[in-house]
Amino acid sequence: MTTASSSPSRRTDAAPGHGIDRSQPITITFGGQKYDAFAGDSLASALIAGGNLQTANSMYLDRPRGILAAGVEEPNGLVTVKARSEDDIDETMLPVTSVEATDGLEAFYVSGQGALDPTPDPALYDRKHMHADVLIVGAGPAGLAAARAALQGEARVVLIDKENRPGGSLLSSRTAQIDGTDGAQWAADTIAELSENPDFTYLSRTTAFGNYDSNYVIALQYRTDHLEPKHREGVSRQRVWHIRADQVVLAPGAMERPIVFSTNDRPGVMLAGAARTYTNRYGALPGQKIAVFTTNDSAYEAALDLHAAGAEIVALVDSREKASEAATAAAERTGAELSLSSAVIGTNASVMGDRLAAVSISELDADGALTGETRTVDADLLAVSGGFSPTVHLHTHRQGTTTWNTEIAGFVPNDDVTGEHCAGALTGDFSTQGALDTGTRAGAAALAAAAANAGFDPGSGSGDAKAPSAQVADEAPLCGAEVKPLWLVPSATGSTDDSFVDLQRDQAVSDIERAYGAGMTNIEHIKRYTSIGTANDQGKTSGVNAMAVLAHMIGEEDLGAVGVSGYRPPFTALPFAALAGRERGDLFDPARVTAIQPWHLEAGCEFEDVGQWKRPWFFAKDGEDMHQAVQRESKAVRDSVGYMDGTTLGKIEIRGQDAAEFVNRFYTNGFKLLKVGKGRYGVMCGVDGMIMDDGVTMRIADDRFLMTTTSSGAAAVFDWLEEWHQTEWPELDVTLTSVTEQYSTITVAGPKSRDVIAKVAPGLDVSNEAFAFMEFQDAELSNGVPARICRISFSGELSFEINVDAFYGLSAWKLVEEAGAEFDITPYGTETMHVLRAEKGLIIVGQDTDGTVTPDDAGLGWAVSTKKKHFIGKRSLEREDSQRPDRKQLVSVMSVDKKTVLPEGAQLIAKDADPTPKKGSVQDPVTPSNGQVHSYGFVTSSYMSPNLGRPFGLALIESGREREGEIMKSLVNGELVEVEIGPLCLFDPEGKRRDG
Amino acid sequence: MAENPTTLHTPEPPAVPLDEHRLTPAAHLAGDMEAATVTGARSVSLRELQFPLQIGLRGEIGSESAQLIEKELGFELPSRVGQVTGDPMGLHVLWLSPDDFLAVDVSTRQQPGDSDRYIDALAGKPGHAVELSANRTVLELVGAAARDVLAKSCHADLHPREFGVNTAITTNLGKVPIYLHRAGEDVWRIYPRQSFADFTVRWLLDGMKEFAQDEVL
Amino acid sequence: MLLIDCPHCGPRDEIEFSYGGEAHVVYPEDPSVLNDAEWGRYLFYRENPKGDFAERWIHSGGCRKWFNAIRNTATYEFKGTYAMGEKAPTIKEGDAK
Repeated sequence: MTTASSSPSRRTDAAPGHGIDRSQPITITFGGQKYDAFAGDSLASALIAGGNLQTANSMYLDRPRGILAAGVEEPNGLVTVKARSEDDIDETMLPVTSVEATDGLEAFYVSGQGALDPTPDPALYDRKHMHADVLIVGAGPAGLAAARAALQGEARVVLIDKENRPGGSLLSSRTAQIDGTDGAQWAADTIAELSENPDFTYLSRTTAFGNYDSNYVIALQYRTDHLEPKHREGVSRQRVWHIRADQVVLAPGAMERPIVFSTNDRPGVMLAGAARTYTNRYGALPGQKIAVFTTNDSAYEAALDLHAAGAEIVALVDSREKASEAATAAAERTGAELSLSSAVIGTNASVMGDRLAAVSISELDADGALTGETRTVDADLLAVSGGFSPTVHLHTHRQGTTTWNTEIAGFVPNDDVTGEHCAGALTGDFSTQGALDTGTRAGAAALAAAAANAGFDPGSGSGDAKAPSAQVADEAPLCGAEVKPLWLVPSATGSTDDSFVDLQRDQAVSDIERAYGAGMTNIEHIKRYTSIGTANDQGKTSGVNAMAVLAHMIGEEDLGAVGVSGYRPPFTALPFAALAGRERGDLFDPARVTAIQPWHLEAGCEFEDVGQWKRPWFFAKDGEDMHQAVQRESKAVRDSVGYMDGTTLGKIEIRGQDAAEFVNRFYTNGFKLLKVGKGRYGVMCGVDGMIMDDGVTMRIADDRFLMTTTSSGAAAVFDWLEEWHQTEWPELDVTLTSVTEQYSTITVAGPKSRDVIAKVAPGLDVSNEAFAFMEFQDAELSNGVPARICRISFSGELSFEINVDAFYGLSAWKLVEEAGAEFDITPYGTETMHVLRAEKGLIIVGQDTDGTVTPDDAGLGWAVSTKKKHFIGKRSLEREDSQRPDRKQLVSVMSVDKKTVLPEGAQLIAKDADPTPKKGSVQDPVTPSNGQVHSYGFVTSSYMSPNLGRPFGLALIESGREREGEIMKSLVNGELVEVEIGPLCLFDPEGKRRDG
Repeated sequence: MAENPTTLHTPEPPAVPLDEHRLTPAAHLAGDMEAATVTGARSVSLRELQFPLQIGLRGEIGSESAQLIEKELGFELPSRVGQVTGDPMGLHVLWLSPDDFLAVDVSTRQQPGDSDRYIDALAGKPGHAVELSANRTVLELVGAAARDVLAKSCHADLHPREFGVNTAITTNLGKVPIYLHRAGEDVWRIYPRQSFADFTVRWLLDGMKEFAQDEVL
Repeated sequence: MLLIDCPHCGPRDEIEFSYGGEAHVVYPEDPSVLNDAEWGRYLFYRENPKGDFAERWIHSGGCRKWFNAIRNTATYEFKGTYAMGEKAPTIKEGDAK
């Protein structure tokens, strides 16, 4: 490792260094070299102070490049930053200009692509919500003035800024004074003063990256990278702020554009404003012999600042014909030759290196063509200014439109977003006083609007707020003075291959010419054809130039006419980890669990995800796999007794004089005559007549029903009932209440279930006579807990359901466990439940149905009343299409080899389907490469059944019921398997087992 | 803050019969909650209330049914969003919708049959009174930093100007639907449904951790 | 993230709401008297205008009440909301976003 002593320090005390703390020296290591820096430096400024502005070579053309900008728009300098501590990982593709230098930081350049650190990121990320009456984006003079004007009375004001300290453009100024105070100091003082109000929030290092409907702004805050690395339990490294604001003030400033000319990509070609920022904010001089190339007055301010900091200004090149006041003054004070109607047409590097050594300057004629002699001037930095583009990104996120303003040669926002106020350079006014004035006005207007909307006291901030006053020597604001954009400087050789537009994508004018030649005349097409604007800088320095080059080619003056490229979030790149926030690992998604979960966990069962529910899937014993466990559980239920946690079934209480009528309108079968104390299975259809849910509904009282729904359909059914009640049938006296979570439900199923229930509820007469199928009884459990016990079966076995208030669920489960011990009671999970019900041909909505299945298709024709005049879906069931005889019908399927478990989803084809068809074959092919395969249907459920002693499944098959006994074929793992079609119910079709 | 913030929690009502057979949904996390208590200027602590009585009351405001319920309650039902009537440290009612309310009594532990008198009071009129004590659990987040913990995943505006003491709304904590009741200056009651209790507690405990550290802006 | 003005709860974030399609599509009084074409029209056909559109929404994460809204389908702007059974408010033309 070497030290930076090989390069002379470019740090100068002749510039203010507003952004650094010279009393806090730090050291960073970059590309294996040590650099001395100060707290407050960016990586870029630390490197420039060390005399090094060359970045990695470009990604596609391998051309030497250098730092172009000082902000987020930087296209060339991309770095990998090494992990700062054990709580961190390497991060890559960060603009060198955006990374704050901290003591001990290690980083290196990457060429257009970085490698993700493969280790898991141990850093924490989170989000926080905030509500503001006025949200201000940007803490430059405009944003600060807006905050002062808006923070009145009861207003809640939030100011966010991407930089590590307030001030914005003031940090880059040598001379700015506000109300008699140094500009940077004024910014710090203003923040301190405003912060005394608890309803003011200032977030530094926070970038607003998205602006969404109704003023919902999302911002990324860097919280800890600048702090001493240490473990901070629970403290996030980055935070995503979700800010809902009544009013938004946008004061993001403007970004400078480079100029397109031959070899404009050489290290040492830098935006004039960036050169000024490195000098004044960081006290780091980017060059010693500096040429300036501009289309407007702003670069002269940079020339004077660089000169004042000790640099030699060697040339002033201006596209305009006449010398402006600023140009004349700059030429006089710097002693540099001023070339008017001129352009830099090329650059040269020294023999020894890649960095700029000289620039070639030529005069332009009235048509912009090269004229006269070309002269060459030695320079190690070329400061360029092609004009400024207001940072309209956040405005356009909201569908806000922009207009091309020829006076400033830039797009400015139109006033067409509700609750948005633009201020500062964004409005096209680039002066400091203009920022203070527009900021103050925007802040006051935002306050007034927010106070009116939210009805709070705006205090004295009634709109006549006085703007602070700026005094800036040498300020050369763009507005007012003539701008002569130079969209495309002619090349001396005629080739435009090295006149670069998008530096990160290595796209030059010749690439746009090719796109144009291929017929592209809209910027959106050019963008996609060339990839301009699609790199990780999102074309911040190239977008307008690309449009201008295109406009130039098609002879259009108004850039708006070639199509304005709108911007989408995010404004700057951000890590996915930040968006994931705390929703990682155990907190990824809420897992809903029942009161019996502690027992399930202790039993070591595997869980199945059903919606957000964790349901016990199977309870493996002594090294069993899933198959073995399910075979054992299924057999235990049929042979003796099993118990299952059925808590997740949806439960809805329906009360009212019209409750019976209401329930009756939803189910396809009749419920009006259901007796109190009894339950009935019902099928529910959509208006389209297709099955949407099923379940048992019990009548608790004349005016009171308890409806059960499927676990996954619970919320949808509740919403469905509410929708009809609220929108179509408000006249019915019914009240719906979801009670799903009030109860724990334990299913006890099997021939011995009656014995178990008799022990669990000793006071209950469980005989078949006293407690018939589809009845329920209120009972007291042996431990005194009140319960409702129902005789319901989803397995075909004698079966009971015990319902208790959920907080008693675990103790009730343990009662069943104890009572069943003598019968070797077996806990079972959802997989066994599925096997048992499929053996009986009972459907699972959503597994055996898919929204295209009518009750009749599913073998539930018996549950569709022919007497009822109306139920939801009835009319659709009468449609011709619902009555087609060739509809897919649910039947059972069994592999003829008695071994193959058909995969769910397997397609069924004709028995004589021909795997090797010859020309003219009339048989169906097996694979699509031989023609259209006729699929007659598909398997919806499939299991190995210990009770049938063979694999079986359910399938939806065209005219399935007519095919009983027929053999069809299915392609399973490349082999054709014969499949027999059977009746829907394969086990105990007479239902003898139901009563025990 | 000199006093121990845990004393600011709602006092615990005495045990009742059958308690030995029941568990609150987050009972298994009681120790974690206790251990996560943060004291000092950024205090925050979390606790689960023990079986407060919760009854779903239904009836259109102003209707005969609502009046019958109000008579049984001894005070009026809340009539607008956010409103809570009754005693937040005893029996009180949260507004959920123009015809949906949750009566909560935090000064007593629920016992079977507690809700019967409300359904009896309705006497066949429209509406409903449903025992819901086990449907949701009641978590209590207390302390100076409690609002900040909530703001890490609750999108509602909880600023005192907009969300005064004794305001309650239906909202979300991240992906968990909850009722949120600000029962005191720094006392926030969170009502997740039973099945979400485990996740909600772990989520809140995770969000509380940073307040035990030096403040990072 | 839209801010939707629930008639009962006031302005709330979009994530608390669910969409219910076109408003004021009345369920036929007696579906059995409609022929297949008429029933099909009720079942399958909805308007899809660019501009103001009357829609049904439910405040599913709040009071659970259905309500109607006039929303501009091009700008997403909610021009007004009204409870079930209430008359639609008069909407002034404008393209605020």
